[in-house]
Amino acid sequence: MKTSTSILTRLGPLIGLVFVVALFAVLRPRTFLTVGNFQIMLLQTAVVATAALGMTMIIISGGIDLSIGSNIALCTVVIASLLAKGVPPVFAALGSIAVGSLCGLLIGTLITRLRLTPFIVTLGTWGALRGAAKGLAHESIVTAPATWLNGLLQTPGPGSRWMLVAPGVWLMLALTVFVSALLRFTRFGRYIFAVGSNEQTARLCGISVGRTKLLTYALGLAFAGIAGLMQFSYLTVGDPTTANGIELAVIAAVVIGGGSLSGGEGSVFGTVIGALIMTVVANGCTKMNLANWIQEIVTGIIIIAAVVLDRLRHRVGT
Amino acid sequence: MSALLQMEGVRKRFGATLALDGVDLDVDAGEVLALIGENGAGKSTLMKVLSGAHAPNEGRMQLAGEAFAPKDPAAARRAGVSMIYQELSLALHLTVAENIVLGMEPMRGPFVRRAEMRRLAIDAMTELGRPDISPEIPVRKLPVADRQLVEIGRALAVGARVLVLDEPTSSLARHDIERLFDLVRKLKARGLAIIYISHFLEEVRALCDRFIVLRDGRSVGSGVTAETKNADIIRLMVGRSVDDLYPRSERTAGEPVLVLEKIAGVSKPADASLTLHRGEVLGIAGLIGSGRTEMLRAIFGLDPIRTGRLAVKTRHGPATPAQQWSRGVGLVSEDRKGEGLALNLNIAENTTLTSLPRWVSPRAQSRSAQRWIGRLGIRCRETTQAVGELSGGNQQKVALARLLEHDADIFLLDEPTRGIDVAAKAEIYRLINELACAGKAVLLVSSYLPELLGICDRIAVMCKGRLGPARPVSEIDEHQIMIEATDTSPA
Repeated sequence: MKTSTSILTRLGPLIGLVFVVALFAVLRPRTFLTVGNFQIMLLQTAVVATAALGMTMIIISGGIDLSIGSNIALCTVVIASLLAKGVPPVFAALGSIAVGSLCGLLIGTLITRLRLTPFIVTLGTWGALRGAAKGLAHESIVTAPATWLNGLLQTPGPGSRWMLVAPGVWLMLALTVFVSALLRFTRFGRYIFAVGSNEQTARLCGISVGRTKLLTYALGLAFAGIAGLMQFSYLTVGDPTTANGIELAVIAAVVIGGGSLSGGEGSVFGTVIGALIMTVVANGCTKMNLANWIQEIVTGIIIIAAVVLDRLRHRVGT
Repeated sequence: MSALLQMEGVRKRFGATLALDGVDLDVDAGEVLALIGENGAGKSTLMKVLSGAHAPNEGRMQLAGEAFAPKDPAAARRAGVSMIYQELSLALHLTVAENIVLGMEPMRGPFVRRAEMRRLAIDAMTELGRPDISPEIPVRKLPVADRQLVEIGRALAVGARVLVLDEPTSSLARHDIERLFDLVRKLKARGLAIIYISHFLEEVRALCDRFIVLRDGRSVGSGVTAETKNADIIRLMVGRSVDDLYPRSERTAGEPVLVLEKIAGVSKPADASLTLHRGEVLGIAGLIGSGRTEMLRAIFGLDPIRTGRLAVKTRHGPATPAQQWSRGVGLVSEDRKGEGLALNLNIAENTTLTSLPRWVSPRAQSRSAQRWIGRLGIRCRETTQAVGELSGGNQQKVALARLLEHDADIFLLDEPTRGIDVAAKAEIYRLINELACAGKAVLLVSSYLPELLGICDRIAVMCKGRLGPARPVSEIDEHQIMIEATDTSPA
């Protein structure tokens, strides 16, 4: 897509990211502009960005998932429980992805079979999955034996400095490339755009709208499972109350990155940049000793400004 | 004495198109005037000017001797001009009384005077002869005919002097139509001026004192209903010469590729049989709402088929849209923006949507789109431009390009030239002609008779869900089509 409009659309969030990085670099060159701080910021972004990859697919298809935070919490509990039972770490990780994906199948089935709106369905699963996590964890934290999974989100030590950033960050970047390719170079990916842009057109063109949505939720929420894995690695325990409210950060990342909540539009790279922008702002504000409430107001302004700018870009495009 | 409402030399331009080109209309108190014209003749635009929804570019309007220039529909209503649209504009969850006073609620300070509201509603419904309709009942619980009465009641409550009824019988059962007619006569006796828009000449004859005919945005004739024959009214509606806009090369029909035998859908079509051959353009005429679109949708698997037999080439039985595409059938929807195209996707995506391989190459998509942009003369910046940014005619060409890219050989085209400019129309006619010459089969639904007569080989007329026999275009004319489409006997 080498065109003036899509380059603008693609670059818009990137310009925003460069702007906030430059801003804090000027304001706090000593503390903000360090290799260590950048490693930490990437680390802090990994969970939200990974979940947001799946959310990008879901939002492009015209859907939404408000329960992704509950899903992530459930996944941390599942991993911890499996590890505590002596399951090898690889299978515990796969179990987490499977649980995330199954939740997606459940949500997708409710939406397509019962013809409910995604907002309502996932408002329901927002509570239900959180409850399931708490039940599975017997309303407490699930401790797990230490395994290599815990190292997923740790900045490389002296022996592995060649990695530059934590393995989880590399995983997140690899998944970004994967989802981007899936959306651009597969028929399924193009169908996700078509269904989100105009369901009637998709139906007219012989696309199975229900199946496309179902698969989008199942695949998209496999990323909630991976995000859950990263969150577990960060916490080193299974915590049914973790990731509370993360769904809003995840949705915000997609929207800042150029996703449209009415479907048919969204960019995977934009989403990751959107997630990074929010981390940079939070980190930069902390470095400037600004109170938490100021960070929250600034983040809110950025979300709204991103959408306004996106609309202006569209108008210029015509 | 001058008429209650007068419109003189009204012109309305939308961009380059002249929707109204000098219309004169007058209607007096205690009179029912029929406003007649083909689809697209400008009736709706004229009524929108009258009701304040559009401001005219030129022309004068007078109401009871005073200049009348409503700035919006609310102002027109207050001045005494009320419209009853085909699609009723009621708030379904509110009660009858709340709907009747909507926008002009009797107030005391910040509070609605509920007793007064109730009284206004009861008065209005009593005047309409239906005091049995409770003011407290939510409108959604009423049958359609009664909802229409509530809407008329709303007009009376606001003190309407001119009442416009836009095809009011299109959603009514026969006995409800009789009741509506009685009511219209009663309102006329009370001194209201009524403008009655209808396609059905029988209704016009039963109800209206005078008529006025619109064609191509002009008032082309008027008269007293009782003194005019149906045949003369129809001649006024269609009288046009067909120029060389319409290419139709010599061609011979090949083997049948699409056969319908007594197809019936859930409500429409009621009974449709036809045989479409290779190398021919078969036109379907009829009024809007006669079931033509529903027939195409049933063929294509978008709507269910209740009874009847469908065969595409050698395959029998109903099929899903995906199966029909794989058999070489393609549909261009009448609703370009709502259904035909994904507006925020680009030209390449829209063109290739039905023919994507499992692994997609964006570059190949662009190449395909580029080919059709050249062949069809689609005016755009690039293949990755969003379809929503194109003009109507170019959008329609993208919708057609999808069928060409798919290499379809049975084309179901539903109003393919609606709302597009003449140049784009001409190009689409040429394309249809080329397709037929190349042995493709085209089923063309259109409300524009000159185009049907100009490019089709055979034409069948649909009326109230029933499809008549297809006849060679040499054996049928506009006059005959209008008679069949409106179910009129040439009295």
